[in-house]
Amino acid sequence: MSSASIDEFKQEVRGWIEEKLPADLRVGNRRDLPKESLGRWIKALVSRGWIAPQWPKEYGGGGLDRKQAAALMRELKAVRAPIVSSFGTSMLGPTLLEFGTEEQKQEFLPPISRHEVRWCQGYSEPGAGSDLASLQTRAVKEGDEYVITGQKIWTTGADSADWIFCLVRTDPAAPKHDGISFILFPMHQPGIEVSPLTLIDGSAEFSQVFFDGARAQAKHVIGPVNGGWTIAKRLLQHERSTDGGSEGGITGAMKETLADLVKREVGLQEGVLADPALRQRLADQELEARALRLTMARAGAEARAGQTARDIGSLGKYRWANMVKNEQDIAMLALGTKGLGWSGAGFEDTQLERTRAWLTTRADSIWGGTNEVQLNVIAKRVLQIPE
Amino acid sequence: MGLILTEDQLILRDMAKGFFDEKSPVERMRTLRDSQDETGFSRDLWKEMGDLGWLGIPFPEAVGGADMGYGELGIILAECGRALAPEPFLSTVLLGGNAILLGGNEPLLKELLPEVCSGERILCLAFQEQGRFAPYSVETRATRDGDGFRIQGSKQFVLDGHVADQIVTLARTAGSTGERDGLSLFVVDAGAAGLTIQRSELVDGRGAAQVSFQDVTIDGARVLGEIDGAADLLDAVLDRATIGLCAEMVGCFEEAFERTLEYLKTREQFGVKIGTFQGLRHRASEMFGELEFARSVVLDAQSAVDDARDDVAECASGAKARCSDVACLIGGEAIQMHGGIGMTDEEEIGLFFKRLKAAELTLGDAVYHRNRFAGLRGY
Ligand SMILES: Cc1cc2nc3c(=O)[nH]c(=O)nc-3n(C[C@H](O)[C@H](O)[C@H](O)COP(=O)(O)OP(=O)(O)OC[C@H]3O[C@@H](n4cnc5c(N)ncnc54)[C@H](O)[C@@H]3O)c2cc1C
Repeated sequence: MSSASIDEFKQEVRGWIEEKLPADLRVGNRRDLPKESLGRWIKALVSRGWIAPQWPKEYGGGGLDRKQAAALMRELKAVRAPIVSSFGTSMLGPTLLEFGTEEQKQEFLPPISRHEVRWCQGYSEPGAGSDLASLQTRAVKEGDEYVITGQKIWTTGADSADWIFCLVRTDPAAPKHDGISFILFPMHQPGIEVSPLTLIDGSAEFSQVFFDGARAQAKHVIGPVNGGWTIAKRLLQHERSTDGGSEGGITGAMKETLADLVKREVGLQEGVLADPALRQRLADQELEARALRLTMARAGAEARAGQTARDIGSLGKYRWANMVKNEQDIAMLALGTKGLGWSGAGFEDTQLERTRAWLTTRADSIWGGTNEVQLNVIAKRVLQIPE
Repeated sequence: MGLILTEDQLILRDMAKGFFDEKSPVERMRTLRDSQDETGFSRDLWKEMGDLGWLGIPFPEAVGGADMGYGELGIILAECGRALAPEPFLSTVLLGGNAILLGGNEPLLKELLPEVCSGERILCLAFQEQGRFAPYSVETRATRDGDGFRIQGSKQFVLDGHVADQIVTLARTAGSTGERDGLSLFVVDAGAAGLTIQRSELVDGRGAAQVSFQDVTIDGARVLGEIDGAADLLDAVLDRATIGLCAEMVGCFEEAFERTLEYLKTREQFGVKIGTFQGLRHRASEMFGELEFARSVVLDAQSAVDDARDDVAECASGAKARCSDVACLIGGEAIQMHGGIGMTDEEEIGLFFKRLKAAELTLGDAVYHRNRFAGLRGY
């Protein structure tokens, strides 16, 4: 796409946003967005296919090329529009586009791009976390169906999900990587019990999921039976790249930027932060965010130019996780005991929000492969140091 | 955008790699050091680089330059860093050359820069007066004397000052030490009466000089920029030089890291390759990440200059803050992961360690540059 037509596209997007995006939504990806406004905004996005901007139109996507999609994202971020993304758009969709049959794509992609069906990810089990391939949940074929027995844990959004993409063991006799299948089935059925877990930040969006004779259709196995591991790993790459590429992660959703918070709490003396150590940390944090953004942009540009085959996804996920955690660590230092509120009097919203974010972000170096696992992956795959 | 190399730049990089592989193995650095070579680098090789057009990269064609950008210059500098080549890019092209290019009048440009581009003239910038980087802490005075000036004072750590033909000198014409106002830049000829130049050898084997000025007289036409108002010019010169130094550091990181990685893959202890130990694998991954991040910010800083963006200063300080930290990390880990052999003078990894430390502390360390970045960002 030529730069002139990209400019035209940008203008069009700008006008469209102006018309469709109400002021009360221009606050970033927050949890407490007004429901009605948000609903209308999602409808507007759906009508353009912009829930999944780069998917083909036939699956309800926007049919945009990479440059257009990037321009759209930039325009949306510039006005702090809520970015609507889901397990369906960021993980399952791209995986289906690559490995699904035409029939599977027709069945599952359009409801995702219409933001109608919620998905959850059934990977981890109590005994299979970092060592995911040791998973034990069984699926046994019975006619056109699989019968599923076992347990998943940490399943984000399981209590509100309509469907699950799940890793199951279909051949217990095979070596552990070779007996796994990737299968889709509905969550609302007998034989599935969801039990939410409360996390350290007080949220309960994660669940244990128990399967006792749950049913999946055999045609909903993605890729070959017992060939699910390859697909599982590919999906993890999509998961890891979801956040490595974004500058702020949860930051974008904070009521106040970190720099503003630190300036307010610590104070400036003749334009200089009163605490020299925090000044250093804040500068370091801002520089890290820039460097991460540049590195992901560079990796993308290199890949497109065919200059390198280095997989930088693990590095991005690792550095992103550290960055978002570090942001909240700095915020807590700046807040002092004002960062220790849980509820009741004496704490402002902006402060409580930081406290929760500090707790929430501890998970970012755990999900999608822990920091240690990302470093393992870099050593093995990128640096190719023999084990 | 400058984040990836263009076809032409890839060709230039391959050329530069070939050039340094053939003519400048790391061993050359050691030989120059051990023979206490008076110059400290090879004038012949420097002229060859001039003939190839590399020294003129950032200078306009009118003065014999190639009129290219920091994207190209960074490629050459990185290969210099990789080979530990001691040739005077920093002193002559980046510091002295930029001071003249950005602050000199037409006659000065015409007089001095063509021979910089051809490799026949060595320059340096005498600005520093104390150990820690503090560019405005200048006590050296220049006082008016008829049409010209008289300089009195002394300078430290003048890179390649012992061989420079001209010493671009920062002096105070007004105000007191530490102030940005009241600074001026002068072009002083190495043979000027009243000038004493004493060579010192640095830890990385390169040369610098202590320069003192006893009533050195300067013609009024040999002023760069504005009298009393040279701080902006100085900043612009230092920003470009810092970005160039960072490019050289990235080349040095690459080579030190590759050598260390190779050692992890070959050295055996406990009956296995040491690279199988997770404690080392993770640290190697960490080094890789830092190297990639450093590369990104340096490429971005180079394009900030080339695209005349308004954030050159932020980029320069951001890049140097990071590269200084990475120099510590990669240099330190390179020695540690080599074990005892890494401590020997014979093993080359120590030469990288020393060059990286020198670069880390030259033109401001990480703390200095984070503070400067913070100031530029309004805190
Ligand atoms: C907020 C959140 C959301 C999540 N959402 C989902 C979801 O939707 N679906 C889903 O399936 N899962 C989800 N997970 C699970 C997540 O993927 C796992 O927690 C993660 O893979 C780690 O597994 P584990 O908890 O069993 O820890 P373990 O694997 O037991 O790890 C414990 C510690 O040992 C370290 N360790 C383990 N192996 C190694 C090794 N080889 N080398 C070095 N160190 C090692 C780990 O890094 C960690 O520090 C989520 C987790 C969180 C926190």
